[in-house]
Amino acid sequence: MVFGGLRAVDHVNMHIDEGEIVALIGPNGAGKTTLFNCVTGVYTPTDGDIKVSADGGEVTRTNGMKPNRITELGLARTFQNIRLFSTMTALENVMIGRHPKLSAGIFGAIFRDSKTREEEEKVIEDSLVILKKLGLEKHANEAASSLPYGAQRLLEIARAMATEPQLLLLDEPAAGMNPQETRRLDDTITRIRDEEGITILLIEHDMSLVMSLSERIYVLDYGKLIAEGNPTEVKANPAVVKAYLGE
Amino acid sequence: MNKILNEAKKSALNALWIIVLTFPIMVIKVNTINATVRWRWMNILWVGFGSFVLSWMWRYFLDRRESGGSSKSDDEKPGRIVKIRKTLAERRVRVPTLVSLAVLVVVFPFLVSFYQVGIMTSALMFVILGLGLNIVIGYGGLLHLGYAAFYAVGAYNYGLLYLYWGVPFWAALPLGAVSGMVFGLLIGFPVLRLRGDYLAIVTLAFGEIVRLLLENLSGFTKGPEGIAQIPRPGFFSKLSLQGATIYLFYIAIVLVLLTIFVMRRLEDSRIGRALEAMREDEIAAQSMGIDLTKAKLTTFALGAVWAGLVGVILAGKTTYINPGSFTLMESVMILVAVVLGGTGSIPGVILGAFLVTLIPEYFRALQDYRMLMFGVALVVMSIFRPQGIIPKVRKHYRVGGGES
Repeated sequence: MVFGGLRAVDHVNMHIDEGEIVALIGPNGAGKTTLFNCVTGVYTPTDGDIKVSADGGEVTRTNGMKPNRITELGLARTFQNIRLFSTMTALENVMIGRHPKLSAGIFGAIFRDSKTREEEEKVIEDSLVILKKLGLEKHANEAASSLPYGAQRLLEIARAMATEPQLLLLDEPAAGMNPQETRRLDDTITRIRDEEGITILLIEHDMSLVMSLSERIYVLDYGKLIAEGNPTEVKANPAVVKAYLGE
Repeated sequence: MNKILNEAKKSALNALWIIVLTFPIMVIKVNTINATVRWRWMNILWVGFGSFVLSWMWRYFLDRRESGGSSKSDDEKPGRIVKIRKTLAERRVRVPTLVSLAVLVVVFPFLVSFYQVGIMTSALMFVILGLGLNIVIGYGGLLHLGYAAFYAVGAYNYGLLYLYWGVPFWAALPLGAVSGMVFGLLIGFPVLRLRGDYLAIVTLAFGEIVRLLLENLSGFTKGPEGIAQIPRPGFFSKLSLQGATIYLFYIAIVLVLLTIFVMRRLEDSRIGRALEAMREDEIAAQSMGIDLTKAKLTTFALGAVWAGLVGVILAGKTTYINPGSFTLMESVMILVAVVLGGTGSIPGVILGAFLVTLIPEYFRALQDYRMLMFGVALVVMSIFRPQGIIPKVRKHYRVGGGES
């Protein structure tokens, strides 16, 4: 992904298989969020291909697709800076996440036929179930902006899960969390993968979380891939150590 | 004491400045006929005193807003509006209020003169315009300065259909809605990527383009002379002027009720939620699978439908239309009604529409100062109460208790 003279993401080759938990790490400014933005459609890659393979096995090249289309394909994300809908309650935020799985349009909105009514009832139930999965049900009626920070991060994950994704992209989910919250996040993410069958790709700076949680790691520095492998391999890799700590 | 002295000094300085600035207008009066100059020295006192007091008050209110206002939200401090809402929400108050309102509406045309009925019909039409624009601004969060274009489209829809093919009122009405929708889509496409000010300017331009086209394609649209003798709606047979006036009043009432009904339904639906998400944060909304293109086009088209409908009513009511009725100022007045009343809140917009149409009507003495008053009102409201007279109250979906 090239911006003018800057190669933000430079010849990065990655693959993620179903059911994996993969981490993308690297110093600040390495191009991790830019990569996320390319994958989720916020940017159109200037070169290269991004391919998504659906349940049926058919492969789709998602370059140039709009973010909402990519979400429909099964990729959902959270944001580095929390982007919750602050005037809405926690429940309503998750309900927005249900949008791509619902079908009511203007006709349904105005005339409220039985199909629409059923759908609307289910939305609230389903959203509550998702909140419960992340332990947020007691905040359901509170405004999103008034939630404690850790809960807000979890709510972003809940909202993304509501879209029923195959792949969940988490952008620094543990940022600003204390060790206890981070441990809880570790369990939550593992549970999401185990119980919901959702594949996880996360960007993270908290090394203890990364090492504990991920099965494979990609390391980025100045837009280039400098290492990949399992946690043990990556931790020992001299290029990685140099990137993080300097000479 | 020091503070008061300080304030007095500031106000005195302000007053001095204003005296100097307005000296040429307020003090010097040139009599061009006799070629003399009259010096109105007394005005210095009035200007000085007035600006002294006003500037003190202005700073006082600004300070108050700065220190106290920012911490209070409408949720925490129950103002008068919230109390009225709460009382009205109770069943025993709401039902008799609605019933008496309904009775009043039905007998109204027979209680007052036909002129008054006409005025009230105009006010109701403006309500529908306001509610339509509210869909774009309040629900969609898209600043639209060319709304009168859709109004014109509806009116000319009926006018032209009648002129060339003798299409009657009731056939033209749904067609007006459809043409409004089409033009709504037309303006939606080019502005999809625009935000804020740029969106506003392009919609403003669109409004002007429509008006200019109507004026200049005189072969087709009859240009500035307009279309006259458009028939009023008939009720199985042609109605008298008085009958038609009352008829139009009831039609307007029904349309207002229909508009409110549709808007309420929209608010509480998947589309309504998507629009709200889009308004809050476009990028996050898109990431949640909301198709921004579809949402924005829907907003514009849906908003325009109502203006198209009311346009047909206008043509049937005044029987004469010309491009001059659909200027930028008209778009702005509709915007004023929405913003003053309360963007996004249905009762707010209704109140705003009534204020904007009825105040100039009933306070004819202030006719010359109409624009000044609206301008001042808009500035003051924007500073001290940007949410409008009746602010929008968000209804939330709640679990363990139903909707609030």
